[in-house]
Amino acid sequence: MKKRELTCIGCPMGCLLTVEQEETGACKVTGNSCKRGKSYGEKEMTNPTRIVTTTVRVRGGVHPVVPVKTSIDIPKTKIFECMEAIRTICPKAPVAIGEVLAENIAGTGADLVATASLLAK
Amino acid sequence: MMNRYYDIVIIGAGPAGLAAALAAKKEGAERVIILERNHEPGGILNQCIHNGFGLHTFSEELTGPEYADRFVSEVKKEKIPILLDTTVLSVSQKRVITAMNSSEGIFELEAGAAVLCMGCRERPRGSLNLPGFRPAGIFSAGTAQRLVNLEGCMPGREVVILGSGDIGLIMARRMTLEGAKVKAVAELMPYSGGLKRNIVQCLDDYGIPLKLSHTVVDIGGKERVESVTLARVDEHQKPIPGTEEKIACDTLLLSVGLIPENELSREAGIEINPVTKGPIVNEQLQTSIAGIFACGNVLHVHDLVDYVSEEAQTAGRNAARFVKRQEQRVEEKPAVALVAGRGVRYTVPSMIHPENMEENQKIRFRVDAVYRNVYLNVYRNNERIRHRKCRILTPGEMEEISLKKEELSEEFNPEKISIAVEEE
Amino acid sequence: MYDVIIIGAGVCGAAIARELSKYEARICVLEKEEDVCCGTSKANSGIVHAGFDASPGTWKARMNVKGSKMMKRMSEELDFPYQQVGSLVVCTDKTQQKGLYELLEKGETNGVEGLRILEKEELLKMEPNLSEEAIAALYAPMGGIVCPFGMNIAYAENACVNGVEFRFSSIVRKIRKIEEREAQMDSGLPSGFEVLIENQKGSEEVLLARFVVNAAGVNADLIHNMVSRNKIHITPRRGDYLLLDHTAGKQVSHTVFALPDIMGKGVLVTPTVHGNLLVGPTAIDIQDREGTNTTADGLCQVMEKSKKTVKDLPLGQTITSFAGLRAHEDGGDFILGEAVDVPGFIDCAGIESPGLTSAPAIGVWIADLLREKMNLHEKKEFFSRRKGMINPFMLSKEEQKELIRRNPSYGKIVCRCEKISEGEILDAIHRPLGARSLDGIKRRTRAGMGRCQAGFCTTGTMEILSRELEIPMTELTKCGGKSKIAVSFTKEEVKE
Repeated sequence: MKKRELTCIGCPMGCLLTVEQEETGACKVTGNSCKRGKSYGEKEMTNPTRIVTTTVRVRGGVHPVVPVKTSIDIPKTKIFECMEAIRTICPKAPVAIGEVLAENIAGTGADLVATASLLAK
Repeated sequence: MMNRYYDIVIIGAGPAGLAAALAAKKEGAERVIILERNHEPGGILNQCIHNGFGLHTFSEELTGPEYADRFVSEVKKEKIPILLDTTVLSVSQKRVITAMNSSEGIFELEAGAAVLCMGCRERPRGSLNLPGFRPAGIFSAGTAQRLVNLEGCMPGREVVILGSGDIGLIMARRMTLEGAKVKAVAELMPYSGGLKRNIVQCLDDYGIPLKLSHTVVDIGGKERVESVTLARVDEHQKPIPGTEEKIACDTLLLSVGLIPENELSREAGIEINPVTKGPIVNEQLQTSIAGIFACGNVLHVHDLVDYVSEEAQTAGRNAARFVKRQEQRVEEKPAVALVAGRGVRYTVPSMIHPENMEENQKIRFRVDAVYRNVYLNVYRNNERIRHRKCRILTPGEMEEISLKKEELSEEFNPEKISIAVEEE
Repeated sequence: MYDVIIIGAGVCGAAIARELSKYEARICVLEKEEDVCCGTSKANSGIVHAGFDASPGTWKARMNVKGSKMMKRMSEELDFPYQQVGSLVVCTDKTQQKGLYELLEKGETNGVEGLRILEKEELLKMEPNLSEEAIAALYAPMGGIVCPFGMNIAYAENACVNGVEFRFSSIVRKIRKIEEREAQMDSGLPSGFEVLIENQKGSEEVLLARFVVNAAGVNADLIHNMVSRNKIHITPRRGDYLLLDHTAGKQVSHTVFALPDIMGKGVLVTPTVHGNLLVGPTAIDIQDREGTNTTADGLCQVMEKSKKTVKDLPLGQTITSFAGLRAHEDGGDFILGEAVDVPGFIDCAGIESPGLTSAPAIGVWIADLLREKMNLHEKKEFFSRRKGMINPFMLSKEEQKELIRRNPSYGKIVCRCEKISEGEILDAIHRPLGARSLDGIKRRTRAGMGRCQAGFCTTGTMEILSRELEIPMTELTKCGGKSKIAVSFTKEEVKE
């Protein structure tokens, strides 16, 4: 059985949750004051995911970097792998907001999307 | 040469300015112009590349630049001009705005109404009297954010952060993602000034310790930061001798509070609320000078941009109405004062003229400490008209209540509305 | 072979260089930092003392009174900010009041003009924000304020224009006197000095000079003791200061001193030439010659002591605090002139307060001394006037408009708080001895010196420096050496 303590982010209360996971995968959440805490605890225990936001280096732009995000949230454990993969991406300006700069980044299934436009120099 | 008269002149093209311009246009103002000191519109959002913006406004989670882009696109569609690289030098009581840029030199605009949307700035080290050397490597969190996100530069490799304001928390994660080691976040108060979400997702996710009731007592390194010494503080926020801990690092980020940028307002003679450091406004978000409105972080520091946009719409709308009326509405009756009672630091607005209020009036405020299981009570004169149970109230989050126009009708003879945090 | 090597590009070194540059001579200034005005000259009170403090007959008294009388003319000739605001030494304790009369007498003996004792009523009329305890004061109309950076930079720029060579990041490691005998018989070298330096590139280099001037501030004893058997000893005396926002700048209109005690002049409260309010300094003797760190205790002392003379000080409007070191020599006076046992080695050591005020006089005095000793002749063409940086907001509106029309970069504000334009930053970089670092820009333009303390303009100023000097953003420094601002790019460009 796995057991973890978490702070709920559902509201400013910040309830201290204790999540226990059975071998079967079923989770038991205690310490929560509402159902948001329960679902947050379950998600964090079974499949914690985050959207990654960072920048990529651009060649020939008016700024050296353009901000990007993953199109969907990716497993928390893949964040640094994703950051490494992003280092190797270096598009040429101009870049348009919403443009996909890389597909299936680090095998996460998420695309890397520009979150701002960048003009060429 | 450009026109000299505009119905609405908006100072600042950040989230507040953009939303105010759109709302003014929608309300019927024809000639609207935005003056922006930076090279691009969007204000601070351009460097806030993290997500979490727009949940209230667009019901989706956007990054800062994306949130800004939504508004900038609308402004362009409405053909509202934005004068970039333009610094406003002064605003007069008669709403003459003096500004400067490279192409026009120094010029004046007459405004039917003006909306102040200058945002806020970070408190620097000096205001804290942090002792020690003054080497390179000490940045306010926002400066570091600009370096990383806009210039693509790393401010350092081993980082200590003083202050748990949201920008500091966001930067803890950002620096970590870019390969830096964030060794600690120290917070003077016994609670964090940032949003819970940010503490969990920016610190806990990466195992960064948050040291509450701690401060910086020394900065080492003559050329570049080499160490920061933290110490625990007592209940009067004084460092406790013997609790010092020297941390080797090359960077100190400061996230110790934001101050509304009201130099223009002060010079114009606008009355400033000593608590918010922003203008005193009425229900229309009009300042003590007729026809000058204020919204966003220049009025009071917000926690969420969505609230800035909403507030800016109110200011923009009222500015447009002011111009349409051609004159200031005569307030026949004295205003109802809004009073920050026990546990409440301030309210925005500070007063309401019931005859001018919309059907629903939002009142925003912050509490002065962390409260658990208390009641938020609203009194009209001495009669309690709201009684809301709150499991938690924290200074880091802005609170709001809504008053209905009928609640302030004459029959109640309202003189003041006070808001207080109480046991029952 | 140089005729003269001046060690130190602080205000004295620069003033000596400028005054010497009137004559036909090959002059070099060696500075260990990356810019002029990096030591004592950059962190002091910025006060032009009238000259009533020093004991009659001392170097301090002579140079102070002479310097203070020169200041107005020099500020016009070299175009640096100076205001003769007058100073008040405030007495808050009846038993001490005779101290004011002692000062008055000393001042009059020193030749200070216009000194007068003010009784409470007149005093408060003149300076209404003095504390309730103020009972009388010594008023010195000659007292003034000056921009210490502006003055130092002005002198150095003018020296540079008149042919003086400045070598920065050059540390003097050793000085050897070349003996007469040796000079004639062995190497054929004329008598003079070998100055071994560690140069900008970090390698050793020997420079030769007929005369050496030691204006090395807190390190002047180390330099002196390299060649002289008559050892001197300097103690760095630290002073902590608080600088308040413009909003507090009108709290007082004169420089307000408390009656001095044994450790110095006590804490003063003064307006600055840029409209801020300056409070300080402490006087703490330390060992570290680079110990410019403020301490909690020091800052506390400043806050406490300042309340003695001025009431309702809005200390909450402090925008920065800093510390400077005064070069206090054991003898207590300036050491000026040729070292007795080392002909050709000229000291300008122990220059603590009133050093800034004295600098113009010291410059002239040492230049005269060298002119005599070296039999120097005046140059045909000496540029005595220097034009300072344009401050667009000091111009009339029409002039400012015209300036922006001719040079649009003056229309683009980079530093919001002090309203400093790109044009001024470009000027600071490209003028003689131009700025190469953020602090260099700050001292020349004030960009970054305002209430946000460079929070907003750091990146903007860096972009301009990087573009103009063709240095990558990641190589820019705050003040030279290891003071890099950004340590690397977040990610490097990847080739296709």
